[in-house]
Amino acid sequence: MERFLRIDRRIIFAIITVAVIVSLILRFELPIPPSEPVQGVYEKIESLPKGSHVMIAFDYDPSSKEELQPMAIAFLHHCFSRDLKVIGMTHYTGAPGLADQAMTSVASQYQKKNGEDYTFLGYKPGAASLIINMGENLYSAFPKDFYGNDTATLPVLQGVDSLREIDFLFDLAAGTTIETWIVFGKEKYKFELGAGCTAVMGPDMYPFLQSKQLSGLLGGLKGAAEYEALVGKKANAVSGMRPQSVVHVIIILFVIFGNIVYFTSGRARHA
Amino acid sequence: MNFLKRTVPLVIAFVMGVLMAMQYYVPHKLSQDLLEVVSRWDRIIAGFAVFIGAYSLFHLHWTRIKRKVEGWGYSVFVYFGAIITLLFGFLNGGKFFWNDKQQDTMFDWLYYYVQVPAGATIFSILAFFIASAAYRTFRARTNESTVLLIAAILVMLGRVPIGNYISQYIPAIADWIMAVPNLAAKRGILLGVSLGAIATSLKIIFGIERSYLGGGD
Amino acid sequence: MRKDSNFFILVGSIGLFVCINIFLMASGKLPFSSDGFGIILGAGLTLAVYSFLYKDNPAFKIAENLYVGVSLGYTIIITWFNFLKPDLYDPLIVPMFSKAAEKAPQYALIFPSLLGIFMLLRFSRKLSWLSRWTFAFVVGLGAGVSIPRVISAFILEQIKPSLHPVFSGGETILSSINTLLIMLGVISVLIYFIFSVEHKGAIGKMSKIGIWFLMISFGASFGYTVMGRLSLLIGRIQFLLKDWLGILQ
Repeated sequence: MERFLRIDRRIIFAIITVAVIVSLILRFELPIPPSEPVQGVYEKIESLPKGSHVMIAFDYDPSSKEELQPMAIAFLHHCFSRDLKVIGMTHYTGAPGLADQAMTSVASQYQKKNGEDYTFLGYKPGAASLIINMGENLYSAFPKDFYGNDTATLPVLQGVDSLREIDFLFDLAAGTTIETWIVFGKEKYKFELGAGCTAVMGPDMYPFLQSKQLSGLLGGLKGAAEYEALVGKKANAVSGMRPQSVVHVIIILFVIFGNIVYFTSGRARHA
Repeated sequence: MNFLKRTVPLVIAFVMGVLMAMQYYVPHKLSQDLLEVVSRWDRIIAGFAVFIGAYSLFHLHWTRIKRKVEGWGYSVFVYFGAIITLLFGFLNGGKFFWNDKQQDTMFDWLYYYVQVPAGATIFSILAFFIASAAYRTFRARTNESTVLLIAAILVMLGRVPIGNYISQYIPAIADWIMAVPNLAAKRGILLGVSLGAIATSLKIIFGIERSYLGGGD
Repeated sequence: MRKDSNFFILVGSIGLFVCINIFLMASGKLPFSSDGFGIILGAGLTLAVYSFLYKDNPAFKIAENLYVGVSLGYTIIITWFNFLKPDLYDPLIVPMFSKAAEKAPQYALIFPSLLGIFMLLRFSRKLSWLSRWTFAFVVGLGAGVSIPRVISAFILEQIKPSLHPVFSGGETILSSINTLLIMLGVISVLIYFIFSVEHKGAIGKMSKIGIWFLMISFGASFGYTVMGRLSLLIGRIQFLLKDWLGILQ
């Protein structure tokens, strides 16, 4: 039994890889009922009238792209299908390419025009200071958009002077930006805030859900899959649920088997 | 010289701290204008910090190359990647950097086909190490660690569709774990950290905490 | 002998990768364009990074260092186009030196620019003390701005739902029990973190309850962490199977 404890970890790596590949290739349907936090974001967007302004903060970089980009795309589908005005921005230097790609690719499917129906303001440093600056005067924070167009002349920003006029802000976060938006943004400028975050941060957001500082939350790839199912645009996140389920079971079996081997091998007694 | 090196920074920190704390409670237009101006300045200062990081990284790898440290050849790739990206970035699709950013240039190509795949992959390696650690090191040695592992197993099963197939109660139990004990613990931590942050902010404003000055005091 | 076999494995893997790509391009699964070559480069970097799982090797180190260099270059360029150009170069520098400028230079921007330059002087032995002024400005500002906002958003707004009435109508018995449990959990966790008082007697018992809540919370966090890391791996495998090999639709 002891030799099972000393198994080469590359065998474990291989098992995980094969499990992911096989469950991606073999198609089987799994139900993905939406959870309450995800419903919160969906219902908020559903309640917004046509022409409302939604701001998306793409606060992630390539290292979290696999979880958050599917969320961004599903959310953009929802916004554009409801003819909402979308304003994108980011706190991360590594995000502009991903954000621009998501906005442009989804907008083109709904014949939405840059500058009229959506705009990407780009990146600015400053975190809390940027949020305060946006909250006082959006044009002072972003005098130009990502491609150098004067923001004061953009039709999509008509009626928006600061964060106070934003109808809903959706933060896609890989770091601590959700807390920053709550403390320095929502607290004073009183906009509705929803968030999508990596699964690692998911448990930390529950206090804000209960206190209603967050209207809703998409947590990890599961949250993205639930939102894709809700908006009827099943894509990478939904197909990712198959390998996610299979590998979760494998890891649980690893934990249980590892403990059984540990306790029966006599090592526990020696310890 | 001590006045300029030590006293002036402490006075600046005190003045800015008290001013911005008081500003929150003053609804006058001058106060709002002050907030806008100061936040804009802070934003601009924060942007210069990227050059500190860039210089540190270039300096580190230049030292490795100069001293021919083991593996110095790989540091050449850092310079190669940075220089080629900067070159294409400043070329800006032929319009050069003093014009607005152009779309779909070689600079963007490098981002989508080098930075994105490499960055995403480097962090995904952790999945393998977590699986390996789950087998080799996660042991229910104490009552507390047993509770931790049981909670983890229930949440992992409850968060994927397969949990519902095993038992209809698993997703409900996972939801309860997240919404009650997890929420309570996270809220307790959040309150504790917030109180600590306020205490530290007050210490900074009143000059008791000076580590941000960078030593020598 | 071992070095030779490692070398042959590396060369063999690269050779196999090249052959697969030639096949993919020849069969039309990958377009013969910048996007096609980009996908090949992306797949190559992905596999080079994953080769670390077998053994640390030159391919992994090259991919890693290349990534560091490219992301640093990207950060600098984005900082120029999104920050330095619209916030400093266009409103301050261009009007100062260009006669065709429509607006007057915003001279007020000189002050934060100077503070920003002072910050960079921390690398100078003689003038590094100037960077203290900038750090004092930023840190003092951050401290002052944070205090009232953190009190409002993190303390008051978080205490409010914990003190939600248990019997005010509309609650089920379970939701009332949950409210009480949450209050118990918050108080016991806060007591656990008070290290200036000895954890004995009633304090000790409450602290022990806090530990149980923390353990359940850490278990939940561990479960979510596993989920999160796996999602990243699933995404990369999807890229390799869908965008590169064209096996998935």
